[in-house]
Amino acid sequence: MSTAPLSVPSDEAGPAARAVGLTKVYGEGDTAVTALDAVSVEFDRGRFTAIMGPSGSGKSTLMHVCAGLDSVTSGKVYIGDVDLTTLKDNDLTRLRRDAVGFVFQAFNLVPTLSALENITLPMDIAGRPVDQEWVDAVIDTIGLRDRLRNRPSQLSGGQQQRVAAARALASRPQIVFADEPTGNLDSRAGAEVLSFLRRSVDEFGQTIVMVTHDPTAASYADHVLFLADGLIVDTMEDPTPDRVLDRMKGFDGKGRRS
Amino acid sequence: MLRSAWRSLLHHKLRLILSGVAIVLGVGFVVGTLIFTDTLNTTFTNLFADTSSDVVVTPAQDSGGRAFAGTVPTMPGSTLDDVRAVQGVAAAGGQVLVDGVSVVDQAGEVLGTPGAPQFGSNWSDDERLTPFRLVEGRGPSAPNEVALDSVSAEKSGYSVGDTVRLVTPTGPLSVTLAGVFRYGTSGNLAGATIAAFSTDFAQELLLGGEDAYTEIDVVASESVTQDALAAAVRAVVGDGVTVRTGQEAADDATAQITEGLAFVNIFLLVFAGIALFVGTFIILNTFSMLVAQRSRELALLRALGATRGQLVRSLILESAVLGLVGAVLGIAVGVGVAFGLEGLFGALGADIPTEGLVVLPRTIVVGVAIGVLVTVIAALSPAIRASRIPPMAALRDDVALPTRSLRLRAVLGTLLLAGGLAAMTAGAASGGGSGSQLVGLGVVGALVGAIVVSPAIAGPLVRVLGFAFPRLFGTVGSLAVQNAERQPRRTAATASALMIGLALVSALTIFATSAKASITEVIDRVIGAEFLVSSGAQRPFPEQVASDLAATEGVAAVAGVKLVPVQVADTGTLLVAADPGALGRMITLPFVAGSLADVGAGGVAVDTQTAADQGIAAGDPVSVQLPTGATLEYRVTALYEPAGAYSGYVVDRASLAEADVAVGDSFVYVLAAEGADLGQLQSDLEAGLADYPTVQVQSQAEFKAQITSSVDQILLVMVMLLSLAILIAILGIVNTLVLSVVERTREIGMLRAVGALRRQIRSMVVLEALVIAVFGAVVGLGLGVWFAVSLQRTLVDQGIEVLEIPWAGLAFFLVLAGVVGVLAALWPAFRAGRLNVLEAISTE
Ligand SMILES: Nc1ncnc2c1ncn2[C@@H]1O[C@H](COP(=O)(O)OP(=O)(O)OP(=O)(O)O)[C@@H](O)[C@H]1O
Ligand SMILES: [Mg+2]
Repeated sequence: MSTAPLSVPSDEAGPAARAVGLTKVYGEGDTAVTALDAVSVEFDRGRFTAIMGPSGSGKSTLMHVCAGLDSVTSGKVYIGDVDLTTLKDNDLTRLRRDAVGFVFQAFNLVPTLSALENITLPMDIAGRPVDQEWVDAVIDTIGLRDRLRNRPSQLSGGQQQRVAAARALASRPQIVFADEPTGNLDSRAGAEVLSFLRRSVDEFGQTIVMVTHDPTAASYADHVLFLADGLIVDTMEDPTPDRVLDRMKGFDGKGRRS
Repeated sequence: MLRSAWRSLLHHKLRLILSGVAIVLGVGFVVGTLIFTDTLNTTFTNLFADTSSDVVVTPAQDSGGRAFAGTVPTMPGSTLDDVRAVQGVAAAGGQVLVDGVSVVDQAGEVLGTPGAPQFGSNWSDDERLTPFRLVEGRGPSAPNEVALDSVSAEKSGYSVGDTVRLVTPTGPLSVTLAGVFRYGTSGNLAGATIAAFSTDFAQELLLGGEDAYTEIDVVASESVTQDALAAAVRAVVGDGVTVRTGQEAADDATAQITEGLAFVNIFLLVFAGIALFVGTFIILNTFSMLVAQRSRELALLRALGATRGQLVRSLILESAVLGLVGAVLGIAVGVGVAFGLEGLFGALGADIPTEGLVVLPRTIVVGVAIGVLVTVIAALSPAIRASRIPPMAALRDDVALPTRSLRLRAVLGTLLLAGGLAAMTAGAASGGGSGSQLVGLGVVGALVGAIVVSPAIAGPLVRVLGFAFPRLFGTVGSLAVQNAERQPRRTAATASALMIGLALVSALTIFATSAKASITEVIDRVIGAEFLVSSGAQRPFPEQVASDLAATEGVAAVAGVKLVPVQVADTGTLLVAADPGALGRMITLPFVAGSLADVGAGGVAVDTQTAADQGIAAGDPVSVQLPTGATLEYRVTALYEPAGAYSGYVVDRASLAEADVAVGDSFVYVLAAEGADLGQLQSDLEAGLADYPTVQVQSQAEFKAQITSSVDQILLVMVMLLSLAILIAILGIVNTLVLSVVERTREIGMLRAVGALRRQIRSMVVLEALVIAVFGAVVGLGLGVWFAVSLQRTLVDQGIEVLEIPWAGLAFFLVLAGVVGVLAALWPAFRAGRLNVLEAISTE
């Protein structure tokens, strides 16, 4: 194997993704819910950002909108230089396929495909050749080389999430979004997934945005955004579990703005 | 618990509709078939049940179902006089009813459905003795008068006073329309026509001027029972006639009709059975999937304290309600299906008289029973499996129903399939009646076996059939194949409808093609004459036709052929009577002893098969009992190998004339003179037959085309009926795919999230359907070929000597199956493509 530096594309300048005045309203009239209220945020390249906040604060919504999975009510969302809000479904899908990686809380894998096939799925769908060297590096990092032939149902939950994370990275996306990737895992399995994400940032320069409720998980990030009622209410650099926990407690009392 | 069953039934409207559709269709087809056959039976029974005589006297001699002039058995007028003199007889009338009077309409076309009888009859004013009811004008009384049945009068456009053109056994005739009568209560004759004359004139036209009758109807005086009167009549008329009470005669007629329609009934019920079978599969499939999809909900109920019994009961109740609703709608659909069948048969020339559809209470009961039972049975197995879901499963993400191993199925199915195929082969080898029974049994066994074994072979076969998909369609292709093989039971059940449909369609097509090839081959081999002259339904026409044809310029020779229903050694058969010398120039039969020229005056040529059956050899005597009751003695002077329809006893026509059998020709062969312009000759021949609109000239090619096209028509009816089964198959595929899409919502959402385009998702669903459909088609076509080959081998003796497999046709069916699969997938694929990514991911 060559020793050429393996990393995600970072030749472009500026943040990997950003949102400007992003507003997302669900429903209409009396039942309208403002999930995001004019949020502006930048996700810098090669950084690991955690998003935290109480339930219903808009974390998932922010992630979905930034990843091009959902439409915006107003505002702009960019992946690199591309404005997602102007794209039609097919272009948006292609952009997701080529520039964005995902890890969901569960059901990440196609049950009929082997672990390896799941990892290369985005490239296969695109009909693009697989960058074997890169994929090998990713697989070595998740440490599941001996389970590649297995179907998801033959893997533990933690292994499945690591496969999902590997898939998110395999296509060398500009940015990876993960929504509570460790939500269903015990602390050990969670730690395996998180350290893999951390390593991908450190070793490959991957940009990662992760939603989590867990202060320990957040402590793997470089940087934490705190969301409450659709607004970014605070940020924290170099988080530790204790500091994050402290900050979270602050929300409990005055969670709701009214 | 009940409330939860009810809620879940209403909650999943789409699933509800889909499984409902399967039930509605299955019930609809069965009910439609029952209604149609009941309607058919009732109509035909009514048709002949309109006479109300107390005693019916008929000649003892069997007419063999051919009441043609010249060969119809009769009783002398003296018998009528004898009957009239019997104590207790209030009235007695002689009936002359003979097939042989064609009505020509104003455009010169012969009225009536080809093949249906064209009766000539005598008129009776006594309404107790006749089913004719005058509606216009008066009864015919003079020799130049006729009365027509109301349908013929209306169709031909003749009104009372007009001159009507007829063709009678003695030749063309123009008479005055004296009156119009209705036949029975409805007036409908199912395509037959009746022309009635005064009794004297009828006897002159139809019975050679003899004072005779084909039937005597008797009305009893008051207080005399039918049985007593029948006994009294029997005592005076003696032998040679059959005396039945009115009731017996009606029962016999009904039995005969039922027997005549038995083929249609069985035929339709087989299709109904197939439809139901296929429908059951869809219901079963749908329920399995519904329960599988609800397994988490069911597990939750278990976790909350519901017992297994409660769970099963609530699922059964749910299915019973669904079955009932489906059955009710299905019965309504059935009425539509019955209309459709009537239209189908009507469009194919079978004019079915109907006084409205007959919906018997039995039909409703059967419909409801089928709907509810089939649905409940279909739900039973998944319900029991669902009840085995451990409560803990509610807490897991991926709940699967416990599945049974396919090994038992594989073994059982393989045994049945192999047994069925072996039975077919054995039946084909032995041939004959027992052979065809064995083949029939084998077909059923093989079909059932194939259905049982198909889940076990679905996986590997789908992989083989879809081997090119990954290369052609990339990841989408391999996902499609994997989706099809991941639920082999479901794939197999979905494909089975198509499999059954195509097995039967392809078998019929191959068989029909072979039959056509065999017929064509025989005609090519046997017939040397350039032209064949005939009227519909082998109805005899005057000998004058043959003489006229012989006189046409460019004709080298003609040979008229008479067909006489006779009894030889108590077996009914058709005696072929011709000028052997002339016939010998027209047809070439493979003689093993003697030749046509050797038949001679007292000789008979017999085919070797008949000879073997009757145990006769060259030189043996043969006595032939004529419809007149007289017996003719012949001696076997020639033996030939049977060739298709060319078999039986061939005698010199002169021997019939001696016996006073005055029957017309059923066919005339025409041999063209050397070097004659055949096209010109044909139009000359046609021109010479202007007076005989019932008689047609056909070139050899046209004759072949006519026979093969009638085979095609039968094939068409069968294929149309089977296409209903295929329609159900399509709905089954739609059903399965929609439910699969629902089931895989999350997976599809995930694929979309990681970059699968809508188009790709749609292709995935379509390709899955394609591979399922092709799987069903391949198995079905394979079985179909085996069926057809066995059937053909079995019927070699019946003249189906040539096996011809229309490979192009079979390839077409394969492509058609693929198209069907793709069409069935369009809507589910559209739905799958439209799934909202986020909702799909967050689906519970
Ligand atoms: N599809 C939807 N329709 C209507 N309202 C929605 C929808 N999705 C989210 N919401 C609302 O938007 C708000 C933000 O939801 P979101 O899922 O982003 O919260 P979250 O921070 O991810 O919460 P959790 O930590 O529970 O996952 C909530 O009030 C939620 O009820
Ligand atoms: Mg969330």
